[in-house]
Amino acid sequence: MWQIAWSRLRRDKAALAGGVAVILLILGAIFAPWIVKLLGHPPDEFHRELLNANRGYIPTAPFGGMSRDFLFGLEPINGRDLFSRVVYGSRVSLLIAFLATLLSVLIGTVLGVLAGYFGGWVDTVIGRLTDAVLAFPLLLFAIVLVGVIPRSAFGLTGNGLRMAILIFIIGFFNWGYIARIIRGQALSLREREFIDAARSLGARGPYIIFREMMPNLAAPILVYATLLIPTNILFEAGLSFLGVGILPPTPSWGQMLADAVRYYNLPHFILWPGLAIFATVLAFNLFGDGLRDALDPKTR
Amino acid sequence: MRKRTVAAVAATAVLAMVASAACSSTEDTTDAGGFNAAVGKIYNESDYKGGTLRFAISEDWDSVDPGDTYYGLSWNLLRLYARSLVMYKSAPGKTGLELTADLAESLGTPSADGLTWTYKLRPGLKFEDGSPITSKDVKYAVMRAIDTTGTLQNGVGIQGGYLQAVLDLPDGAYGPYAAPGVDTTAITTPDDLTIVFHLKQPFSGFDYIAMLPLTAPVPSAKDDGVNYKQHVVSSGPYKFANYEAGKGFTLVRNDQWDPTTDPNRKALPDRYEIKLGVAADDIDNQIASGDLDLDLAGTGVQAAMLSQVLDENNPLHARADNPGSARQWYTSIIERTAPLNDVHCRRAIEYAADRTGYQAAYGGALAGGDISTQALVPPIPGYEKFDLYPAGADNTGDLTKAKEELAQCGKPDGFEITIAYRSDRPKEKAVAEALQQSLGRVGIKLTLLGHPTSGYFGSFTDEFIKTNNIGLATNGWGADWNDGYGFLGAIVDSRLISPGSSNLGVNDPAIDALIDKALAEPDLAKRTAIWTQVDRLVMEGAFILPGVWSKSVTLRSKSAANVFVHEGFGQYDYLAMSVAKPA
Repeated sequence: MWQIAWSRLRRDKAALAGGVAVILLILGAIFAPWIVKLLGHPPDEFHRELLNANRGYIPTAPFGGMSRDFLFGLEPINGRDLFSRVVYGSRVSLLIAFLATLLSVLIGTVLGVLAGYFGGWVDTVIGRLTDAVLAFPLLLFAIVLVGVIPRSAFGLTGNGLRMAILIFIIGFFNWGYIARIIRGQALSLREREFIDAARSLGARGPYIIFREMMPNLAAPILVYATLLIPTNILFEAGLSFLGVGILPPTPSWGQMLADAVRYYNLPHFILWPGLAIFATVLAFNLFGDGLRDALDPKTR
Repeated sequence: MRKRTVAAVAATAVLAMVASAACSSTEDTTDAGGFNAAVGKIYNESDYKGGTLRFAISEDWDSVDPGDTYYGLSWNLLRLYARSLVMYKSAPGKTGLELTADLAESLGTPSADGLTWTYKLRPGLKFEDGSPITSKDVKYAVMRAIDTTGTLQNGVGIQGGYLQAVLDLPDGAYGPYAAPGVDTTAITTPDDLTIVFHLKQPFSGFDYIAMLPLTAPVPSAKDDGVNYKQHVVSSGPYKFANYEAGKGFTLVRNDQWDPTTDPNRKALPDRYEIKLGVAADDIDNQIASGDLDLDLAGTGVQAAMLSQVLDENNPLHARADNPGSARQWYTSIIERTAPLNDVHCRRAIEYAADRTGYQAAYGGALAGGDISTQALVPPIPGYEKFDLYPAGADNTGDLTKAKEELAQCGKPDGFEITIAYRSDRPKEKAVAEALQQSLGRVGIKLTLLGHPTSGYFGSFTDEFIKTNNIGLATNGWGADWNDGYGFLGAIVDSRLISPGSSNLGVNDPAIDALIDKALAEPDLAKRTAIWTQVDRLVMEGAFILPGVWSKSVTLRSKSAANVFVHEGFGQYDYLAMSVAKPA
């Protein structure tokens, strides 16, 4: 099956482009310190001398100070290197999005399989739980919760704690869709002949779930995980934009956008972080769509 | 006035703003007057009567009820529909800081022992419904504003605590809500035109208290506490034609106002239209294009407009003013948080801070203000320039001295604390980031913690400070009136420290004792000298990290006349502004 899927994927130009972009983004996030060393300046280094104090500290040079030295230009007020901040910002976005997705997928798969396999009251309880989570006002809850967290908890402090909480909030309340999809798949798998065959041979629940059903669920899990990542990136950016994300001065795309809004007359400031979010979300979506088409052509 | 200012909220509708920016043409054919044409003098003086002035603001302020408001912009505006016993002269330059009688015939008369202050009302004063204004209405207005239930909790009566400090009030409950029907002897009204204030101890600056908007008369029959703001009864030349909470209101002429009783108001425009909740950047663009006359917030243009206005080649430059005000942006050093209980650790912060970074965060010398090195600001009498913590030739900090102080404090390698700032104020976030950078040079590691403006001061409970290890907090303060008590009274008195107070960390009994001494001192020159001493003690104790003495860059209306900056407010005089005669 995987070989067929790969051959289909290879023919899908958009998905391939998306996949390549995703790999480049991940590499960029991993190797951010080296990239910045080579092409930029430390992300927290001030360059106020390059700003015009008589114009409210905006970059002196035209085009927001974009040059070979500062590829994306400078931030107003303190003159930090926008390129470095965008590159470092990808770390926060990707890390939070990946880990939150992992959490969602774990919870969603476990509950989905249980509901689909056992049915009956188990299905009913999990179904209502899923409804409740889907109806949860996640954004409001996130704003309130992030607002009241203390300086240290669970042995974590500062940004580590912030990240853990963001990952928890985004991941824990986003498993609803995955659970529903997996439940549907598990429900139909349960009635298939090979499961019946295994059961008549005396196989028990755990064996059937792990050896017979899971391999068949791998494809939808992978597809929906890939499609959940961009949603989570946007969610994290939204929280940062509202000022309840990662603590400054750690660069984050959402926060950069929030800062840039005041300077709409300096388009470079809003362009680069905006473009970064746009490109990342698009790449994951293209790749995820292609993956779905390749693994399950019937849904096309 | 915490005398609060409204911070422009970063608007979310980016596209809408870009679109409106594109529409606002900046070509200008009229004589725009030039940079600072309305500072210290009147721009476009005119006697033309009529027309409509259009004001807007990005968010609502506390209240339009004169007894329930503590915003500078509100005190500036309410003079259109409310008259207090005494007021600032409506004039440019230093004349604006002089007091003049408004409802009263003259400034207050103290008794020989200084324990009573008497004001005589002008005859013929009327509310908008035609009923006469009596001294009892003034007394009622004052008592409701300081009522012990704290019903009008936003106002200077509750927040400032000045009347409670000077008036000879009874113990226990007083005021029309807490003790209805109970008369007080702290204020007496021998006849309908006379009001007498009885003090605990002589207080020679009482005219400043008579100037507070809470002395504007309120008819007791029309008062319903906080809801009075929906139907304020006018005593001035304009009255409310409508009031929509959170949206705006319209002021029209009050035909019961008699100009012969009011030498301070010309009342030239016919109407005022005030819109709330307009995006701050949109307000700038509308003023530039001529669709609005004023940003009521009065704190200057936003970052995007700023860079255009400061460009000498831009036609808007000639329509800009650069007023200063009796306001300072600073950072409170919270003495309760270890190791800041040691003065040397606090002094290390003073030495290590990069002052130019503070100024840059506020937009530079024009938009932000001049670098400050002390608690008092130049417009306040008693200000004497000194600098206890010289920051080097380039003002970026003296790291050697900072390290010496750290060593004396027993923390040679620095320490870790949190800085709190108002998360919806980008300038304060920039301050926090700049301080993190500059204090980091000597090993003082800052963690940044944003908190929304609403409830910012109320959040500083002992527990909140402790769990978050908060040692620094960005802050700002404008004078309630321009003397030492009106500026320092509420921010350096350690007895006020509690959640909600603007004093977050100044804690020195010697300062408290000096404040009491100043209050009782009848001689103006001696009193002023005491405030100079207080200023010095605050800085010797390194209780605050001074930032900038606030200035702003504002944009003048295209079509307004009689525009000038009122020094008492540091904003355009909203009372004097009128509509230019149509060509």
